[in-house]
Amino acid sequence: MAAADGTETLTKGTTNTVVPFVDDLVAVRDTRDEAAFIRVFGHFGPRVKSFLMRTGMDSALAEECAQEVLVTVWNKAHLYDATRASPSTWIFTIARNKKIDVLRKQRRPEPEELPWGPEAEPDQADVVGLQQESEQLGRALRDLPEKQRELIEKAYYGELSHSEIADQTGLPLGTIKSRIRLALERLRHSMK
Amino acid sequence: MTVKHHLTDDLLMAYSAGDLPEAVNLIVATHISLCDECRAALGSYDAIGGAVLDTCDSSDMSKTSLNAVLDMIHAQNTQTHTKPETDAAKDDVLPAPLRDYVGGGLESVRWRSAGMGVKQAILPTSRDATARLLYIPAGIAIPDHGHQGLELTLVLKGAFQDDGGYFGRGDIEVATEDLNHTPVADISEDCICLAVTDAPLKFKGLVPRIAQPFLGI
Ligand SMILES: [Zn+2]
Ligand SMILES: [Zn+2]
Repeated sequence: MAAADGTETLTKGTTNTVVPFVDDLVAVRDTRDEAAFIRVFGHFGPRVKSFLMRTGMDSALAEECAQEVLVTVWNKAHLYDATRASPSTWIFTIARNKKIDVLRKQRRPEPEELPWGPEAEPDQADVVGLQQESEQLGRALRDLPEKQRELIEKAYYGELSHSEIADQTGLPLGTIKSRIRLALERLRHSMK
Repeated sequence: MTVKHHLTDDLLMAYSAGDLPEAVNLIVATHISLCDECRAALGSYDAIGGAVLDTCDSSDMSKTSLNAVLDMIHAQNTQTHTKPETDAAKDDVLPAPLRDYVGGGLESVRWRSAGMGVKQAILPTSRDATARLLYIPAGIAIPDHGHQGLELTLVLKGAFQDDGGYFGRGDIEVATEDLNHTPVADISEDCICLAVTDAPLKFKGLVPRIAQPFLGI
Protein backbone atom coordinates (compact mmCIF):
# COMPACT_ATOMS: atom_id res chain seq x y z
CA MET A 1 0.00 0.00 0.00
CA ALA A 2 1.36 3.39 -0.99
CA ALA A 3 0.72 4.99 2.39
CA ALA A 4 2.58 2.32 4.35
CA ASP A 5 5.75 4.26 5.10
CA GLY A 6 4.05 7.48 6.07
CA THR A 7 1.48 5.71 8.21
CA GLU A 8 4.13 3.73 10.00
CA THR A 9 5.95 6.77 11.31
CA LEU A 10 2.95 8.89 12.02
CA THR A 11 1.17 6.39 14.24
CA LYS A 12 4.21 5.72 16.45
CA GLY A 13 4.03 8.84 18.57
CA THR A 14 1.04 10.14 20.32
CA THR A 15 -1.93 8.19 19.02
CA ASN A 16 -1.34 5.30 21.38
CA THR A 17 -1.87 7.47 24.42
CA VAL A 18 -5.33 8.45 23.19
CA VAL A 19 -7.03 5.38 21.83
CA PRO A 20 -5.49 1.94 22.23
CA PHE A 21 -5.22 -0.49 19.34
CA VAL A 22 -4.83 2.08 16.54
CA ASP A 23 -1.17 1.14 16.26
CA ASP A 24 -1.98 -2.55 16.47
CA LEU A 25 -4.59 -2.37 13.73
CA VAL A 26 -2.26 -0.34 11.54
CA ALA A 27 0.49 -2.94 12.12
CA VAL A 28 -1.93 -5.69 11.09
CA ARG A 29 -2.83 -3.65 8.02
CA ASP A 30 0.64 -2.68 6.89
CA THR A 31 2.90 -5.51 8.05
CA ARG A 32 0.47 -8.37 8.77
CA ASP A 33 1.77 -8.33 12.34
CA GLU A 34 0.38 -11.39 14.16
CA ALA A 35 1.41 -10.32 17.64
CA ALA A 36 -0.56 -7.10 17.13
CA PHE A 37 -3.50 -9.12 15.83
CA ILE A 38 -3.45 -11.30 18.94
CA ARG A 39 -3.68 -8.15 21.11
CA VAL A 40 -6.64 -6.94 19.04
CA PHE A 41 -8.26 -10.36 19.42
CA GLY A 42 -7.69 -10.37 23.19
CA HIS A 43 -9.45 -7.06 23.63
CA PHE A 44 -12.19 -7.11 21.02
CA GLY A 45 -13.02 -10.83 20.72
CA PRO A 46 -14.78 -11.01 24.11
CA ARG A 47 -16.53 -7.67 23.58
CA VAL A 48 -17.81 -8.69 20.15
CA LYS A 49 -19.09 -11.91 21.71
CA SER A 50 -21.00 -9.94 24.38
CA PHE A 51 -22.36 -7.55 21.79
CA LEU A 52 -23.65 -10.42 19.64
CA MET A 53 -25.23 -12.11 22.65
CA ARG A 54 -27.10 -8.89 23.42
CA THR A 55 -28.45 -8.90 19.86
CA GLY A 56 -30.04 -12.29 20.49
CA MET A 57 -27.45 -14.98 19.79
CA ASP A 58 -26.81 -17.80 22.24
CA SER A 59 -23.32 -18.12 23.67
CA ALA A 60 -22.08 -20.80 21.26
CA LEU A 61 -23.29 -18.99 18.14
CA ALA A 62 -21.97 -15.66 19.42
CA GLU A 63 -18.56 -17.20 20.00
CA GLU A 64 -18.45 -18.72 16.54
CA CYS A 65 -19.52 -15.40 14.98
CA ALA A 66 -17.03 -13.43 17.09
CA GLN A 67 -14.29 -15.65 15.69
CA GLU A 68 -15.47 -14.93 12.16
CA VAL A 69 -15.61 -11.19 12.90
CA LEU A 70 -11.95 -11.27 13.97
CA VAL A 71 -10.99 -13.24 10.86
CA THR A 72 -12.69 -10.48 8.84
CA VAL A 73 -10.67 -7.88 10.79
CA TRP A 74 -7.53 -9.65 9.57
CA ASN A 75 -8.77 -10.00 5.99
CA LYS A 76 -10.10 -6.47 5.61
CA ALA A 77 -7.39 -4.65 7.54
CA HIS A 78 -6.27 -3.02 4.27
CA LEU A 79 -9.54 -1.04 4.35
CA TYR A 80 -8.93 0.39 7.82
CA ASP A 81 -8.54 4.18 7.71
CA ALA A 82 -7.52 5.77 11.01
CA THR A 83 -8.71 9.20 9.85
CA ARG A 84 -12.27 7.93 9.46
CA ALA A 85 -12.82 5.46 12.30
CA SER A 86 -11.45 4.34 15.65
CA PRO A 87 -10.70 0.61 16.01
CA SER A 88 -13.89 0.16 18.09
CA THR A 89 -15.96 1.90 15.43
CA TRP A 90 -14.51 -0.11 12.59
CA ILE A 91 -14.85 -3.44 14.39
CA PHE A 92 -18.39 -2.50 15.42
CA THR A 93 -19.37 -2.16 11.74
CA ILE A 94 -18.00 -5.64 11.00
CA ALA A 95 -19.84 -7.15 14.01
CA ARG A 96 -23.04 -5.38 12.97
CA ASN A 97 -22.81 -6.78 9.45
CA LYS A 98 -22.29 -10.25 10.92
CA LYS A 99 -25.43 -9.78 12.99
CA ILE A 100 -27.48 -8.82 9.90
CA ASP A 101 -26.06 -11.72 7.94
CA VAL A 102 -26.72 -14.34 10.62
CA LEU A 103 -29.88 -13.12 12.38
CA ARG A 104 -31.73 -11.39 9.54
CA LYS A 105 -30.27 -13.50 6.75
CA GLN A 106 -30.07 -10.43 4.54
CA ARG A 107 -27.54 -8.77 2.37
CA ARG A 108 -26.34 -5.43 3.65
CA PRO A 109 -26.16 -2.81 0.90
CA GLU A 110 -23.13 -0.59 1.62
CA PRO A 111 -22.41 2.88 0.23
CA GLU A 112 -20.11 3.08 -2.76
CA GLU A 113 -16.51 3.13 -1.53
CA LEU A 114 -14.70 6.35 -2.21
CA PRO A 115 -11.87 5.54 -4.58
CA TRP A 116 -8.38 5.92 -3.13
CA GLY A 117 -6.44 8.79 -4.60
CA PRO A 118 -2.73 8.28 -5.17
CA GLU A 119 -1.89 10.96 -2.60
CA ALA A 120 -4.55 10.20 -0.03
CA GLU A 121 -2.04 9.85 2.78
CA PRO A 122 -3.54 10.42 6.20
CA ASP A 123 -2.54 13.53 8.05
CA GLN A 124 -1.37 12.85 11.60
CA ALA A 125 -3.54 15.65 12.98
CA ASP A 126 -6.60 14.00 11.43
CA VAL A 127 -5.73 10.63 12.92
CA VAL A 128 -5.14 12.03 16.39
CA GLY A 129 -8.13 14.38 16.20
CA LEU A 130 -10.58 11.67 15.18
CA GLN A 131 -9.27 9.25 17.79
CA GLN A 132 -9.58 11.92 20.51
CA GLU A 133 -13.12 12.73 19.49
CA SER A 134 -14.05 9.06 19.48
CA GLU A 135 -12.73 8.85 23.02
CA GLN A 136 -14.75 11.93 24.01
CA LEU A 137 -17.85 10.43 22.45
CA GLY A 138 -17.32 7.26 24.48
CA ARG A 139 -16.99 9.29 27.67
CA ALA A 140 -20.08 11.31 26.80
CA LEU A 141 -22.03 8.08 26.30
CA ARG A 142 -20.90 6.72 29.67
CA ASP A 143 -21.83 10.02 31.38
CA LEU A 144 -25.36 10.18 29.96
CA PRO A 145 -28.27 9.77 32.32
CA GLU A 146 -28.99 6.04 32.70
CA LYS A 147 -32.30 6.09 30.79
CA GLN A 148 -30.89 7.92 27.82
CA ARG A 149 -27.82 5.71 27.62
CA GLU A 150 -30.00 2.62 27.74
CA LEU A 151 -32.09 3.92 24.87
CA ILE A 152 -29.04 4.34 22.68
CA GLU A 153 -27.61 0.96 23.65
CA LYS A 154 -30.92 -0.71 22.90
CA ALA A 155 -31.00 0.90 19.46
CA TYR A 156 -27.60 -0.60 18.64
CA TYR A 157 -28.48 -4.01 20.07
CA GLY A 158 -31.59 -4.03 17.87
CA GLU A 159 -34.02 -3.85 20.78
CA LEU A 160 -35.80 -0.76 19.43
CA SER A 161 -37.61 -0.22 16.16
CA HIS A 162 -36.36 2.77 14.26
CA SER A 163 -39.55 4.72 14.96
CA GLU A 164 -38.73 4.37 18.65
CA ILE A 165 -35.31 5.88 18.15
CA ALA A 166 -36.27 9.38 19.06
CA ASP A 167 -33.90 11.67 20.81
CA GLN A 168 -30.14 11.31 20.77
CA THR A 169 -29.32 14.76 22.09
CA GLY A 170 -26.53 15.14 24.58
CA LEU A 171 -23.92 13.43 22.41
CA PRO A 172 -21.30 15.62 20.72
CA LEU A 173 -21.95 14.29 17.23
CA GLY A 174 -21.30 17.59 15.48
CA THR A 175 -17.54 17.71 15.94
CA ILE A 176 -16.91 14.15 14.91
CA LYS A 177 -19.11 14.59 11.88
CA SER A 178 -17.30 17.72 10.73
CA ARG A 179 -13.93 16.02 11.15
CA ILE A 180 -15.01 13.05 9.04
CA ARG A 181 -16.44 15.46 6.50
CA LEU A 182 -13.13 17.30 6.35
CA ALA A 183 -11.29 14.04 5.75
CA LEU A 184 -13.73 13.15 2.96
CA GLU A 185 -13.28 16.52 1.30
CA ARG A 186 -9.52 16.16 1.43
CA LEU A 187 -9.82 12.70 -0.07
CA ARG A 188 -12.01 13.94 -2.91
CA HIS A 189 -9.73 16.91 -3.47
CA SER A 190 -6.65 14.71 -3.74
CA MET A 191 -8.37 12.67 -6.44
CA LYS A 192 -8.85 15.63 -8.78
CA MET B 1 -22.37 18.19 -4.98
CA THR B 2 -25.60 20.04 -4.30
CA VAL B 3 -27.79 17.61 -2.40
CA LYS B 4 -30.43 19.59 -0.49
CA HIS B 5 -32.79 16.95 0.91
CA HIS B 6 -31.15 14.50 3.29
CA LEU B 7 -31.80 11.41 5.36
CA THR B 8 -33.29 11.88 8.83
CA ASP B 9 -31.23 11.19 11.96
CA ASP B 10 -33.39 8.25 13.00
CA LEU B 11 -32.86 6.58 9.61
CA LEU B 12 -29.11 7.15 9.78
CA MET B 13 -28.92 5.77 13.30
CA ALA B 14 -31.06 2.74 12.46
CA TYR B 15 -28.94 2.08 9.35
CA SER B 16 -25.81 2.26 11.48
CA ALA B 17 -27.37 -0.08 14.04
CA GLY B 18 -28.43 -2.51 11.33
CA ASP B 19 -32.12 -2.44 12.24
CA LEU B 20 -33.74 -1.53 8.91
CA PRO B 21 -35.37 -3.72 6.26
CA GLU B 22 -33.09 -4.55 3.33
CA ALA B 23 -34.91 -2.25 0.89
CA VAL B 24 -34.52 0.70 3.27
CA ASN B 25 -30.83 -0.12 3.74
CA LEU B 26 -30.52 -0.04 -0.04
CA ILE B 27 -31.93 3.47 -0.43
CA VAL B 28 -29.91 4.75 2.55
CA ALA B 29 -26.69 3.29 1.09
CA THR B 30 -27.53 4.78 -2.32
CA HIS B 31 -28.15 8.26 -0.91
CA ILE B 32 -24.91 8.13 1.08
CA SER B 33 -23.07 7.16 -2.11
CA LEU B 34 -24.18 10.55 -3.51
CA CYS B 35 -23.97 12.67 -0.35
CA ASP B 36 -20.88 13.50 1.72
CA GLU B 37 -22.99 15.24 4.35
CA CYS B 38 -24.86 12.03 5.24
CA ARG B 39 -21.71 9.92 4.78
CA ALA B 40 -20.05 12.00 7.49
CA ALA B 41 -23.14 11.81 9.70
CA LEU B 42 -23.14 8.02 9.30
CA GLY B 43 -19.50 8.04 10.41
CA SER B 44 -20.55 9.68 13.66
CA TYR B 45 -23.40 7.20 14.20
CA ASP B 46 -20.98 4.33 13.60
CA ALA B 47 -18.74 5.97 16.21
CA ILE B 48 -21.60 5.68 18.72
CA GLY B 49 -21.82 2.00 17.78
CA GLY B 50 -18.11 1.72 18.52
CA ALA B 51 -18.63 3.37 21.89
CA VAL B 52 -21.48 0.96 22.65
CA LEU B 53 -19.21 -1.96 21.73
CA ASP B 54 -16.59 -0.53 24.11
CA THR B 55 -19.07 -0.49 26.99
CA CYS B 56 -19.94 -4.19 26.54
CA ASP B 57 -18.71 -6.45 29.32
CA SER B 58 -16.26 -8.89 27.91
CA SER B 59 -17.68 -12.41 27.73
CA ASP B 60 -15.17 -15.18 28.23
CA MET B 61 -14.20 -16.93 25.07
CA SER B 62 -13.11 -20.54 25.16
CA LYS B 63 -9.38 -21.21 25.38
CA THR B 64 -9.36 -22.75 21.92
CA SER B 65 -10.90 -19.67 20.31
CA LEU B 66 -7.69 -17.78 19.57
CA ASN B 67 -6.08 -20.84 18.02
CA ALA B 68 -9.17 -21.47 15.93
CA VAL B 69 -8.96 -17.91 14.58
CA LEU B 70 -5.22 -18.16 13.90
CA ASP B 71 -5.78 -21.47 12.10
CA MET B 72 -8.43 -19.82 9.94
CA ILE B 73 -6.21 -16.93 8.90
CA HIS B 74 -3.27 -19.26 8.21
CA ALA B 75 -5.39 -21.61 6.13
CA GLN B 76 -6.32 -18.78 3.76
CA ASN B 77 -4.65 -17.76 0.61
CA THR B 78 -2.17 -15.01 1.53
CA GLN B 79 -3.35 -12.99 -1.45
CA THR B 80 -6.53 -11.74 0.22
CA HIS B 81 -5.01 -8.27 0.29
CA THR B 82 -6.79 -6.77 -2.68
CA LYS B 83 -7.31 -3.09 -3.35
CA PRO B 84 -10.85 -1.79 -3.54
CA GLU B 85 -12.29 -2.43 -6.96
CA THR B 86 -11.95 0.30 -9.52
CA ASP B 87 -14.70 1.67 -11.66
CA ALA B 88 -15.00 -1.07 -14.25
CA ALA B 89 -18.77 -1.02 -13.98
CA LYS B 90 -19.20 2.69 -13.37
CA ASP B 91 -22.56 4.07 -14.35
CA ASP B 92 -23.54 7.74 -14.41
CA VAL B 93 -27.00 7.11 -13.02
CA LEU B 94 -26.79 4.08 -10.71
CA PRO B 95 -24.34 4.16 -7.75
CA ALA B 96 -22.63 0.90 -6.74
CA PRO B 97 -25.23 -0.44 -4.26
CA LEU B 98 -27.94 -0.19 -6.94
CA ARG B 99 -25.74 -1.75 -9.62
CA ASP B 100 -25.43 -4.75 -7.30
CA TYR B 101 -29.20 -5.18 -7.17
CA VAL B 102 -29.82 -4.45 -10.86
CA GLY B 103 -26.94 -6.66 -11.94
CA GLY B 104 -25.25 -3.91 -13.97
CA GLY B 105 -25.82 -0.35 -15.12
CA LEU B 106 -28.97 1.39 -16.30
CA GLU B 107 -29.09 -0.68 -19.51
CA SER B 108 -29.54 -3.82 -17.37
CA VAL B 109 -32.76 -2.65 -15.69
CA ARG B 110 -35.74 -4.82 -16.65
CA TRP B 111 -38.41 -2.15 -16.96
CA ARG B 112 -42.07 -3.05 -17.04
CA SER B 113 -44.49 -0.60 -18.53
CA ALA B 114 -46.94 0.91 -16.09
CA GLY B 115 -48.94 3.07 -18.52
CA MET B 116 -48.66 6.74 -19.50
CA GLY B 117 -45.01 6.16 -20.30
CA VAL B 118 -44.23 5.35 -16.66
CA LYS B 119 -42.05 2.27 -16.16
CA GLN B 120 -40.98 0.44 -13.05
CA ALA B 121 -38.67 -2.35 -11.93
CA ILE B 122 -39.00 -4.01 -8.53
CA LEU B 123 -35.64 -4.96 -7.03
CA PRO B 124 -35.06 -8.26 -5.20
CA THR B 125 -35.00 -7.53 -1.46
CA SER B 126 -36.52 -9.12 1.63
CA ARG B 127 -40.30 -8.69 1.76
CA ASP B 128 -40.58 -6.40 4.80
CA ALA B 129 -40.20 -3.40 2.48
CA THR B 130 -40.23 -2.89 -1.29
CA ALA B 131 -37.65 -1.12 -3.48
CA ARG B 132 -38.56 -0.11 -7.01
CA LEU B 133 -36.93 1.93 -9.72
CA LEU B 134 -39.36 4.34 -11.37
CA TYR B 135 -39.00 5.93 -14.78
CA ILE B 136 -41.23 8.96 -15.14
CA PRO B 137 -41.33 10.82 -18.47
CA ALA B 138 -40.70 14.58 -18.30
CA GLY B 139 -43.75 16.49 -17.06
CA ILE B 140 -45.75 13.39 -16.00
CA ALA B 141 -47.30 13.16 -12.51
CA ILE B 142 -47.53 10.16 -10.17
CA PRO B 143 -51.14 10.17 -8.89
CA ASP B 144 -51.96 11.95 -5.63
CA HIS B 145 -51.55 9.49 -2.77
CA GLY B 146 -51.02 9.13 0.94
CA HIS B 147 -48.99 6.49 2.77
CA GLN B 148 -49.82 3.87 5.35
CA GLY B 149 -46.17 3.77 6.29
CA LEU B 150 -42.91 5.26 5.21
CA GLU B 151 -42.13 6.19 1.62
CA LEU B 152 -38.63 7.22 0.60
CA THR B 153 -37.95 8.59 -2.88
CA LEU B 154 -34.42 9.24 -4.12
CA VAL B 155 -33.78 11.00 -7.43
CA LEU B 156 -31.14 9.40 -9.65
CA LYS B 157 -31.71 11.36 -12.86
CA GLY B 158 -33.78 14.42 -13.73
CA ALA B 159 -35.91 15.96 -11.01
CA PHE B 160 -39.40 16.05 -9.55
CA GLN B 161 -41.44 18.55 -7.63
CA ASP B 162 -44.21 18.21 -5.08
CA ASP B 163 -45.47 19.91 -1.91
CA GLY B 164 -42.25 18.89 -0.18
CA GLY B 165 -40.12 20.91 -2.60
CA TYR B 166 -37.89 20.42 -5.63
CA PHE B 167 -35.83 17.22 -5.71
CA GLY B 168 -32.83 16.74 -7.99
CA ARG B 169 -30.18 14.02 -8.29
CA GLY B 170 -29.16 12.76 -4.85
CA ASP B 171 -32.10 14.38 -3.03
CA ILE B 172 -34.27 12.08 -0.94
CA GLU B 173 -37.85 12.73 0.12
CA VAL B 174 -38.91 11.15 3.40
CA ALA B 175 -42.72 10.96 3.30
CA THR B 176 -44.80 9.65 6.18
CA GLU B 177 -48.48 8.99 6.72
CA ASP B 178 -49.55 12.61 6.96
CA LEU B 179 -48.25 13.63 3.53
CA ASN B 180 -50.46 13.52 0.48
CA HIS B 181 -48.52 14.47 -2.58
CA THR B 182 -48.34 14.38 -6.34
CA PRO B 183 -44.75 14.22 -7.50
CA VAL B 184 -44.40 15.71 -10.99
CA ALA B 185 -41.33 15.01 -13.07
CA ASP B 186 -39.52 18.15 -14.22
CA ILE B 187 -40.34 19.03 -17.83
CA SER B 188 -36.72 19.40 -18.90
CA GLU B 189 -35.81 15.72 -18.61
CA ASP B 190 -37.22 12.24 -17.89
CA CYS B 191 -36.88 11.34 -14.21
CA ILE B 192 -35.49 8.13 -12.71
CA CYS B 193 -36.03 7.53 -8.98
CA LEU B 194 -35.56 4.80 -6.45
CA ALA B 195 -38.69 4.50 -4.29
CA VAL B 196 -38.96 2.43 -1.13
CA THR B 197 -42.17 1.76 0.80
CA ASP B 198 -42.68 -0.25 3.96
CA ALA B 199 -46.47 -0.46 3.45
CA PRO B 200 -48.79 -0.14 0.45
CA LEU B 201 -49.55 3.36 -0.81
CA LYS B 202 -53.13 4.68 -0.66
CA PHE B 203 -54.32 6.42 -3.76
CA LYS B 204 -57.22 8.87 -3.71
CA GLY B 205 -60.37 8.98 -5.82
CA LEU B 206 -60.67 7.19 -9.14
CA VAL B 207 -57.02 7.22 -9.99
CA PRO B 208 -56.17 4.42 -7.56
CA ARG B 209 -57.95 1.79 -9.59
CA ILE B 210 -55.73 2.63 -12.50
CA ALA B 211 -52.61 3.34 -10.53
CA GLN B 212 -52.55 0.53 -7.99
CA PRO B 213 -52.52 -2.32 -10.47
CA PHE B 214 -49.88 -0.66 -12.61
CA LEU B 215 -47.61 0.02 -9.70
CA GLY B 216 -48.13 -3.53 -8.48
CA ILE B 217 -49.07 -2.51 -4.95
ZN1 LIG C 1 -27.57 13.52 2.57
ZN1 LIG D 1 -45.62 9.23 -1.95
